[in-house]
Amino acid sequence: MEIRSREFKQRSVFAIHDANLQSALDRARDGFIGTRAARAAELPEFEQLREEAKGLKNHILEHLDHYLEKYEAAVTAAGGHVHWARDAAEARRIVLEICKRHDAKTVTKGKSMISEEIGLNEALIANGMEVVETDLGEYIIQLAEEPPSHIIAPAVHKTKKQITELFAAHHDRPPKTSVPDLVNEAREMLRGKFFAADVGITGGNFLIAETGSSVIVTNEGNGDLTQTLARVHIVTSSIEKVVPTLDDATLLLRLLARSATGQETETYTTFSTGPRREGDIDGPEEYHVVLVDNGRSKMLGGRFREMLRCIRCGACMNHCPVYGSVGGHAYGWVYPGPMGSVLTPLIKGLDNSYDLPNACTLNGRCASVCPVKIPLPDLLRELRHMQHQRELSPPTQRHALALWRFAATRPKLYHFGERIATRALALAGRTKGRIRRMPFAAGWTDTRDLPAPTGKTFIDQWKARRGQK
Amino acid sequence: MSDTRSTADTTSEDTARKATRPRVGLFATCLMNVFRPSVGFASVKLLEEAGCQVEVPDAQTCCGQPGYNSGDSDSARALARQVIETFENFEYVVGPSGSCMATIRHDYPVLFADDAPWRERAERLAAKSWELTAFLHDVLGAKIPEGARFAHAATYHDSCSGLRGLGIKGQPRALLAGVDGLNLREMEDTEVCCGFGGTFCVKYPEISTKMVDDKIRNALDTGAEVLLGGDLGCLMNIAGRLKRINAPLRVYHVAEVLAGMASGPGIADARKESK
Repeated sequence: MEIRSREFKQRSVFAIHDANLQSALDRARDGFIGTRAARAAELPEFEQLREEAKGLKNHILEHLDHYLEKYEAAVTAAGGHVHWARDAAEARRIVLEICKRHDAKTVTKGKSMISEEIGLNEALIANGMEVVETDLGEYIIQLAEEPPSHIIAPAVHKTKKQITELFAAHHDRPPKTSVPDLVNEAREMLRGKFFAADVGITGGNFLIAETGSSVIVTNEGNGDLTQTLARVHIVTSSIEKVVPTLDDATLLLRLLARSATGQETETYTTFSTGPRREGDIDGPEEYHVVLVDNGRSKMLGGRFREMLRCIRCGACMNHCPVYGSVGGHAYGWVYPGPMGSVLTPLIKGLDNSYDLPNACTLNGRCASVCPVKIPLPDLLRELRHMQHQRELSPPTQRHALALWRFAATRPKLYHFGERIATRALALAGRTKGRIRRMPFAAGWTDTRDLPAPTGKTFIDQWKARRGQK
Repeated sequence: MSDTRSTADTTSEDTARKATRPRVGLFATCLMNVFRPSVGFASVKLLEEAGCQVEVPDAQTCCGQPGYNSGDSDSARALARQVIETFENFEYVVGPSGSCMATIRHDYPVLFADDAPWRERAERLAAKSWELTAFLHDVLGAKIPEGARFAHAATYHDSCSGLRGLGIKGQPRALLAGVDGLNLREMEDTEVCCGFGGTFCVKYPEISTKMVDDKIRNALDTGAEVLLGGDLGCLMNIAGRLKRINAPLRVYHVAEVLAGMASGPGIADARKESK
């Protein structure tokens, strides 16, 4: 997927004025936040689980090479194949080779964010394959030729009416208006594709080192059909998804569902271990795992290691008031919201995504709901620090900061400046108590009045009063 | 106090009492200093009535947060050193802002992570630095001045830094419960950011405006006449937008109400008369 994060500002303004998007976002926000809170409240040990999960992920990241090697050995022992991809291009090439070797014409996909990250669909389509997204949300946006706007609810930006129109345009059937009718229609359209598929590609929510299993969770069962009906199953996953044991996966699964959709558990949680064995009634003939690095090992060795704890639940974006105002497309790449604002600059470069770490009020709501306690605001601030050091921030901002520092480290000068500013602003506000227009502060006064100072500065008044005593 | 005591007794008692009164350095935040000095005087009144000796050190300027949040950690460190030197001899440092005090409590030790002597000083300062309502409620167990009266329906906006950085939620409400006549009505999403976010509001004004409009809608839905909060940044953002759209909601800092000093114009309200 092409990165368009440089356009964040324009895209965010456009999004705020898109009435359809705003109504879709309002609806989604109400649903996700309430249900997560309810499920968390039902589980007295929820906070303790977050702490345990954080500890578990830290342990894994500390010994990532060990668990990945163990995982690879277990997959091989179960008759599967593990492929290592350093970057997106290598990952695409590996998947493409497997598909070509099997002369694949139709490829079905269970939702996988890593495949979006590596731009897999475009590569397969360019090589003449039909690629069908089987997750309902992904199916919808595939018809609309749009990228996902959320990592667990990719079509969350669409209203029901828009989906009705989209289906009517593509399915050659009378328009349906109820949700069950729409879902059934998508199900019918997809059924034939599942049977026709030569290769099924899924993501991996977790990879289990002790058994060599990959785990996916879905609410539609599309992942199961994708991976059992095709002749070949390819799992694409980033390297940090490995966990030591089945028990560890269970801990994270309990947190994932509650944090993501506010369910106790997803409807389908499927463990796959290798290809079909003798006597199995279904399952693929070949089972491949493509382990994608694409910047992770670099993250592992630096100050952004904590980001690799992410289990892709989407809770941060569901609770982010900025995401809730502009939606996921404004962020311009695969991962939106707070987690995306950290990941995108790290994977695609700081200069390609200047606004993302900055377009955050540091209100901390994301960190307060993150199931693995990633300090997202601190990481965003750290990215701003790197931008400042590399002089990527606007010169006006850097000059203003230098001037501010010069004055603020000289209290007499600073107070003098405050005194002048107070007097000027108080004069501008006169008796109205507010200022409607301020040169150089258009960002504020275009939509807001500026409250005017009420008199002299506090410190001046304090000194005058104490002096009288 | 008894009238019959001798002057000498009173003086020695005063001295003894003064010795037990904690010496508090008031952190006069930049926004308060320029835009709303009454918040400072209200803070002083509340602290003094709760038995503190309050001083306002002249050498203070800014906590350094604008630099820190803009990625300029060097500037933030320079300011942090200044704050540490200015305030480290006080028993407590108290400020009427969750945002500035969270910077001192959480960010200072982080800023000096690799500088052991300064880190120790930062940690010592952090441990005795408090946001005003948390200090009054959690440390002093203060009661609200007798006769504090504010006969209005009010709603309270939880500012993010105080709420998530310092756990400030119950304290202002518990204190407000002692204010005669005040009827507190909780708004929906009171814990959601108002869109201020320091420089965020000027860098991304459209998003900020959308967020403050959501906040205002929730506040107006309660039917409250007044919105209260503990951080002037948020309050100026909300009040500025309220004025621009002519919405009938007045805005005060919680300290002004607690100190019985909210009889004048609210933030961004017209003065009754010019002096």
